[in-house]
Order: sequence, then structure tokens, then C-alpha cells
Amino acid sequence: MASIKEIGQELIEEFEIFDDQMDRYEHLIDLGNALPEMKPEWKTEDRLVKGCQSTVWLYAEAEDQKVKFYADSNTVITKGIIALLVRALSEQKADDIIAEDLAFIDKIGLRAMLTSQRSNGLTAMIQRMKLYALGFKNAAQ
Amino acid sequence: MSTETKVTAALDLAKIRADFPILDQEVNGRPLVYLDNGASSQKPSVVIDALSRYYQNDHSNVHRGAHELSNRATELFESARTTAAKFINASSEREINFIKGTTEGINLLAHSFGRKFLLKGDNLIISELEHHSNIVPWQLICAEREVELRVVKVNEDGEWDLEHFYSLLDSKTKLISTAWVSNSMGTINPVEEIIEAAHKVSAAVHLDAAQAAPHFIIDVQQLDVDFMSFSGHKVFAPTGTGIFYGKEKWLLEMLPYQAGGEMIKEVDFGGTTFNDLPFKFEAGTPNIGGAIGIAEAFKYLMNLDRVALQEHEDAVLELATNLLLEIPGVKLLGPRNNRAGVVSFNIEGIHPSDLGHLLDAQGIAVRTGHHCCQPLMKRFNIPGTCRASFSIYNTKDEVHLFIAALKKAIIMLK
Ligand SMILES: Cc1ncc(COP(=O)(O)O)c(C=O)c1O
Repeated sequence: MASIKEIGQELIEEFEIFDDQMDRYEHLIDLGNALPEMKPEWKTEDRLVKGCQSTVWLYAEAEDQKVKFYADSNTVITKGIIALLVRALSEQKADDIIAEDLAFIDKIGLRAMLTSQRSNGLTAMIQRMKLYALGFKNAAQ
Repeated sequence: MSTETKVTAALDLAKIRADFPILDQEVNGRPLVYLDNGASSQKPSVVIDALSRYYQNDHSNVHRGAHELSNRATELFESARTTAAKFINASSEREINFIKGTTEGINLLAHSFGRKFLLKGDNLIISELEHHSNIVPWQLICAEREVELRVVKVNEDGEWDLEHFYSLLDSKTKLISTAWVSNSMGTINPVEEIIEAAHKVSAAVHLDAAQAAPHFIIDVQQLDVDFMSFSGHKVFAPTGTGIFYGKEKWLLEMLPYQAGGEMIKEVDFGGTTFNDLPFKFEAGTPNIGGAIGIAEAFKYLMNLDRVALQEHEDAVLELATNLLLEIPGVKLLGPRNNRAGVVSFNIEGIHPSDLGHLLDAQGIAVRTGHHCCQPLMKRFNIPGTCRASFSIYNTKDEVHLFIAALKKAIIMLK
């Protein structure tokens, strides 16, 4: 399994291929569509991420000391953004997730959109993922 | 010469566009198409230059110094007031107050009118389509004064339900405050009828003209409206500017808003007297540069053929509406006709925020969301809309770019 930083670098390179903004979005949407399905019964009120303009659910399970994330959204673009986060953070160790600064996000050429998402919930999504990691870490101790 | 040729000669769109330097740029590799004028309009060079000229040559505080610069600043500031009075055809400069925007105008009115004229058992009328800034100040003052806040329903087309309005209006109605044009739908409200009905029961009317001022030729005397507020930044002027109009007979009776310098006649610990109109409502050093900027924006507009402008704006909006309605799954919010400046819509199965991102990726600036009208969104049971809002400088070519970009976005999102 590649590290979070390595996956982040991979994503930067993937997005670098495109020089048109629409193509980057297309790729982002594809990533969102490829997210593993989140079972409807997992989409409960307590798994809603507050602070997002669109509806976002996040759920995680611990598997062999690693954290596996499931997520969904009612908007296509936000789902793509969560897919980026899930790809980088899912199946990583709790400690690594907690320590990660996710610097790659700012380098994938979707700055304008992410600026609006940052105030609209990107930070809340990252925080929720780290909280899951922290919860599993504490439970394991 | 036919009027037709005169109109075309007067309305040189290329020249108007060139007056707004910001429009000439690329966003995400495409020419910028700015369709977020309902949120804020762009500024013509004459306004930008007037600000810079003022700060480079003429700035000092107003109404105070016995020196050349102060005199010049005062002269510019007060002549800005005269220009503003002319722009809305107020009968006197005493009825014009500079404010920082529509929001401040409404808060001023709620405070200064509310604490004077609203008594327990009275009622005040707004409607479902109001911007939050024309809701929340009234909720606060109504709670404080034990006054009932009545809300006129809008029909399926996003227009005032006049029957409901008449059922709410009674002899205890003291004030009606409503948008002239809805910011989220573009609906033009029947303000003449509302004003006439209000005056029959001696109620005053305040018009939130934030979305009307950029498009309409305003005549407060002909409207016979009691109060009006609008923001400068939506009418080609700097941010932090706006106009609050009130009939003198009301302003004389109303309580001051903020207190401090400028608004006083004489301060004494035994009792302070307030300054005459219009200074009574302008505590502290005003936004002098802003007033000069807003006056320059008014002059810019008044120098154009405004009838031709309005025809042009209507034609652009009509084209956008027609082309939108050809798109499968499109649903307009608001009436098909009877709108100004705004077309607000949803596409079935697509979240408006997704549309906003993909339009931005193609250089098209629109706004998505609830447009500060949460009660209205609840009324229609939608999370928000995608809103394209047009100004004098938008062209039919830009409408075609917008529609093409929208179609591309829809294909990607479906
Ligand atoms: C109808 C309406 N009323 C009030 C406002 C508030 O204006 P401002 O934020 O400039 O005070 C707006 C601006 O969005 C508006 O469109």
C-alpha cells in the first residue's frame, strides 16, 4: 500500500495531464463515480458532515489497524472531492491519517473550486476523517 | 431620423463594455462572462477614476475644516447628494442619506421608524420573497415592540399573492417593506398597487430597491413611496455605499439611528439637540469617497440612453429565458415574464452547486445557492437555484456562451 504522500503525488500527476479545467472536473467526477458504494443504511443523521453546503455522509470502519472510509454526497463535484480524500486516506494507519496535512489538495489545479469548498465543508470533511482515525486509535489502546 | 437608428446610435454596447475594464479578461482560459450582477455589478472607469482623483487631490474631512481641502471635499460630497436626489427624483437633498448598503438602510428604518411609530398591537407586512436583510431586522424590532410581523405568501410563479396581501392589510398596519425586484427570482412586484393600498390605511411603504436600482429609472415622487433603500455596489458604484430615501415628513419625526459627531446640533450634558436633515441620520465621518463614487456611477447611467438600455437588458434576459426553456428538465423559479435582470433555475436531477462549478470552469460567473432567501427556498422546497443575473454590459453573444456552457455541464453531470 502506497503512503498518503505517495498517493497525493500520484493525484497531482494525474491532474497535471489535463490543461483544461473542464477535463480536470471530468476526472474528478470519474473519481467520485468510482467510490465504493455507501450502503443506504449507513447514511444516518450522525454521519452527515455539518458545514457542507451539499449533503455529505462519511462513515469509517477499522480493519487490521487500518481505517477504511466510505462516503457519499448528493452533489457530483463534492463527491469527487471526497473521493480524493478517501483515495488518499482510506486503508491507512490511524496515526498517519491524524498526522497528514493533505498539502496535495492545493496542488491539483482546482484551486477556485476548492476555495469555495474549503469554507463550505472541505475542512469539516477532513476533520471528520481525522476524528474517526482518532476514535479508532483511542479504542485500540 | 427614426427612433430605431437613434436608439442603436445611443447604445454602443462595445463602448459600454470598454467602460468596464474588468470585463476584458480570461477565466480558466475562456473569456469571462460575468452573470453575477445581482450579487454585485462591475465598475466603470469613470467611477474608479473619480475615487482615485478624489484621494489624490481633494480629500479631507467634510463639514468641518476652514480650509481649502475640506471645502472641496464638502462640496464634492454634497454635490454627490444632489446627484443622488436627481437619480431617484427626490424632491430635496434633505431626503437623501448615504448609507453603506441596503442592509444598513433597512436597519436604519427598523430602528428609527420602529422605535418611534410601532406600538404594541400594530402590524408590519413583508413577503415570502424577501432577502434576509428585509426579514431579520423586522423580526428583531417586531419582537422588541410587540408588533406582529405578517408575511404575504407568493404564488407558484413567485409573485405576490395580492388577495392574501389584502387580507393582511388593516388599520393597524404601520409599514410594508418589500423588494421592488426579487433577487432570487427577478420578479417585479406590483409596487404601485401596494403603495396605493397601503396609503389608504395610512401605512407607510419601504421599497428594498437593491435589485431594481440597477435596471429601472426611479422616480420616488411619482411612486409616492415613503422609503427606499439600495446598495451602490449593485449600481456600478463602490462597495460600502448606498442610498436611503425617506419622505421628509417621516424623517423629521423619526428617531436618530446612530449617534455621535455630525448628527448633533448641540451637545450638552443637560440634553443634546440633533442636527437637521439629512445629517441627523449620518453620524460620524461619512464614506466621502464612496459618496463621490456612487454619484459618478449615477452620472454614468444618467448619461446613457436609459430607455434603450432597458430594452437591451430585457432583450438579453428574454433570450436567456427562451434558450433555457428549451433545455430538457429545466425549471424556472419565478414568473415566465415580469422579471428584471434575473433568471433563476434548476435542472432536474442536478444540484445547482455542481452547475456553478462547471460553469465557472468555462469562464461563466453565476451564483448558486439560496441567495439569502431561505424562507423562499423552503416555500418551493428546493435547496437553492442557479441564478444568472444580467447587467447593461451583457450581450446576446454572452447568453449563447452561457447556454452552450450550461449544456456541456449538464452532459457531464447526467
Ligand atoms: C433584494 C436585496 N435586498 C437586500 C440586499 C442586501 O444588500 P447589501 O448586502 O448590499 O446590503 C440584497 C443584496 O444581495 C438584495 O438583492
